[in-house]
Amino acid sequence: MAAYNFIDHKFDVVVVGAGGSGLRAALGCAQAGLKTACISKVFPTRSHTVAAQGGISASLGNMGEDDWRWHMYDTVKGSDWLGDQDAIEYLCRNAPAAVYELEHWGVPFSRNAEGKIYQRAFGGMTRNYGEAPIQRTCAAADRTGHAMLHTMYGQSLAHDTEFFIEYFALDLIMDEGVCRGVTAWKLDDGTMHRFQAQLVILATGGYGRAYFSATSAHTCTGDGGGMALRAGLPLQDMEFVQFHPTGIYGSGCLITEGARGEGGYLTNSEGERFMERYAPSVKDLAPRDMVSRAMTIEIREGRGVGPNKDHIFLHLDHLDPKILAERLPGISESAKVFAGVDVTKEPIPVLPTVHYNMGGIPTNFFSEVVTRDGDNPDKVVPGLMAVGEAACVSVHGANRLGSNSLIDLVVFGRSAALRAADTIKAGEKQPELKDHMTDGHLARFDRFRNANGGTPTAALRLEMQKAMQDDAAVFREGHTLESGVKRLQAVHDKRPDISVSDRGLIWNTDLMETLEFDNLIGQAAVTVNGAVNRTESRGAHAREDFADRNDAEWMKHTLAWFDDATGKVRIDYRPVHNFTMTNDIAYIPPKARVY
Amino acid sequence: MVQLRLPENSRVKRGKHHPAPAGAGKTKTFRVYRYDPEEPGNPRWDSYDVDVEACGPMVLDVLIHIKNTMDPTLAFRRSCREGVCGSCAMNIGGRNTLACTHGWEEVPGRDISVSPLPHMPVIKDLVPDLTLFYAQYASIQPWLQTETPEPQKEWVQSPEDREKLDGLYECILCACCSTSCPSYWWNQEKYLGPAALLHAYRWLIDSRDEATGERLDELEDPFKLYRCHTIMNCAQVCPKGLNPAKAIAEVKKMLVERVV
Repeated sequence: MAAYNFIDHKFDVVVVGAGGSGLRAALGCAQAGLKTACISKVFPTRSHTVAAQGGISASLGNMGEDDWRWHMYDTVKGSDWLGDQDAIEYLCRNAPAAVYELEHWGVPFSRNAEGKIYQRAFGGMTRNYGEAPIQRTCAAADRTGHAMLHTMYGQSLAHDTEFFIEYFALDLIMDEGVCRGVTAWKLDDGTMHRFQAQLVILATGGYGRAYFSATSAHTCTGDGGGMALRAGLPLQDMEFVQFHPTGIYGSGCLITEGARGEGGYLTNSEGERFMERYAPSVKDLAPRDMVSRAMTIEIREGRGVGPNKDHIFLHLDHLDPKILAERLPGISESAKVFAGVDVTKEPIPVLPTVHYNMGGIPTNFFSEVVTRDGDNPDKVVPGLMAVGEAACVSVHGANRLGSNSLIDLVVFGRSAALRAADTIKAGEKQPELKDHMTDGHLARFDRFRNANGGTPTAALRLEMQKAMQDDAAVFREGHTLESGVKRLQAVHDKRPDISVSDRGLIWNTDLMETLEFDNLIGQAAVTVNGAVNRTESRGAHAREDFADRNDAEWMKHTLAWFDDATGKVRIDYRPVHNFTMTNDIAYIPPKARVY
Repeated sequence: MVQLRLPENSRVKRGKHHPAPAGAGKTKTFRVYRYDPEEPGNPRWDSYDVDVEACGPMVLDVLIHIKNTMDPTLAFRRSCREGVCGSCAMNIGGRNTLACTHGWEEVPGRDISVSPLPHMPVIKDLVPDLTLFYAQYASIQPWLQTETPEPQKEWVQSPEDREKLDGLYECILCACCSTSCPSYWWNQEKYLGPAALLHAYRWLIDSRDEATGERLDELEDPFKLYRCHTIMNCAQVCPKGLNPAKAIAEVKKMLVERVV
């Protein structure tokens, strides 16, 4: 093996990832006087938060009465009761303050006539515990994530966060179950780095690119989840993958749910507004899992549009062009570029597309990573936190509501920083790192760097993506999921035959994509194994062979460990929290989820 | 002495030719700038005969197709593939743009050239060093500055005042504008360039911001701001359809207005 020398860094906190949750966590830690590093494989404003469109939920009540309890009820129901209600309470109560904070930092929110933050309707968001749709989603036109991310990056420039940009994180430095830091590869000069910290916060996003077609960016490879699995930690509820109803047919680019929030609707080949049949009270504003299933059924029953009857139309052509220009300019442009459609005149061809991972690294609402240890289902992993899409708090349960992810980023990014300030002391002495803690990191890096097998990374990645696309789709069945398990095992088993052509260390994207693929394959495996194991239908996990929710047996979180050497998955469980955080609201007991 | 050619070690040489695979459909030749800092030798133009029927419509689709099926060593930045992250800015057919939203059929000419954003140091292949560009952005202090104590809820901003931010806040920091500006090519160590100045104006014109005077003081400089000679390349190339030159003109106007 080539000799690699680490360049050492010591911080109180190291945040991995510079999207919405990573920036918020890093900012909070820096404000608390902790010496904080934020490392990211892309320049912060290129993180995938930038692509969030429709908005950020919070019960501000700017467009009519609202209450955080109503928001909580909707989130619990949206989650199909798999969300932890203490965490959901934490999210919804803290949401308004988090949005005001963003506004004070300068986010250019759209405004209502009174000059307050404009809020729009979104799927599953209702007034008075399910009565009727409500306008709760705070928007900056349809570029809310972009506006937030740029503002938060600007704000972090005003504070003392030290950025390490275009550093690719390799692995967690673990010492007898305690996280002591993270190793990283600096792309622009090829050097290797060891970041020691009292606390590592993973804010690495989702792993949408495990699928062939996703709204997710190419960089959404769930690197934190991959690192956690290699560190012997489990991931939680990975079988719950959200399909966004309106990805542009062909390219998979996102068309915001805000399009339907502003009055857009879906039609089938008969011109029928079919959502009226599936969700009579909220229609096109049903939660994403339901709309995606309805669209899939319409297509399957021969009512898809287009020459192959394989997609659905989203209509905005009845809306005032002025409103489209003011509130939906971004998707109007996307529809033009990627579908050749003028939204003022024609419908947009759309298809349910992989969009979000409800599952992730299990945490409590302080953002501390937890795992199961014997009878203790909530054992905190010392030195490690996770936030954002990389984490599973779990506030989204089996299905996330649109606009609940942006609020998740800032509320739990903040909670991580508050907890950090409470639990660690700035400048505290840290134990010396030993080589044996990182030898495996370097061996893995070097092995892939010199991989000279017969299968290019792109080919193996494609095989994985096709398997996920075919076998872990909107609707699932025992035998397709079993096939998925086998196909992914085959991909895993071909990993020793991978070939990397570039042997360099500087901006070697062939190697980086290989390391990313390696992060993806473990997560893909726990996803299908979790799905085959969960013999019920709940939220985004829809089993045709087990069509109903089964609370008696399955009101629990899946925990899945991955054995990197064999590709085998081990499954255990954590209970769903059937209690709230305070007495201000009672536990919301499960009932049938109809809209 | 005036140097009329690039120095010897910067001249781009002819590189490798990658023919289309057997059985390819319609092909198109892409000439791609290659530079490997870890190998001796000059930068080169590699050419790839791409089976365009086997890949998507955008130049980024072509580059990914090359990387996946012809030459995995090609390095370029990319992320969102829908024109919002700004990673894949490069020079395509002589024009700065985003590879992900630019269809290769829109590029005129027989062969299509693809090279890094011009006049920036190249790290590898299509990956330029944007350190200076980012430092200039940071220098305009891109955050809201207020003296009035923050309200309990949001700052009130009328829809009309909010509208003033349209055409500014949408910037994705792709650097297409700055790296297409001859003034920036010539004086980039002193002139902030169109992207940073567009952002400067975005905060100057924000009705919530209370640091207008300090912001203008910072910009009142013969180089930082006044190297803009309204060449307008910035507005020509902006992949988001923004007009940095107009924003710069507005800043100049604000500076005039505060003395008269």
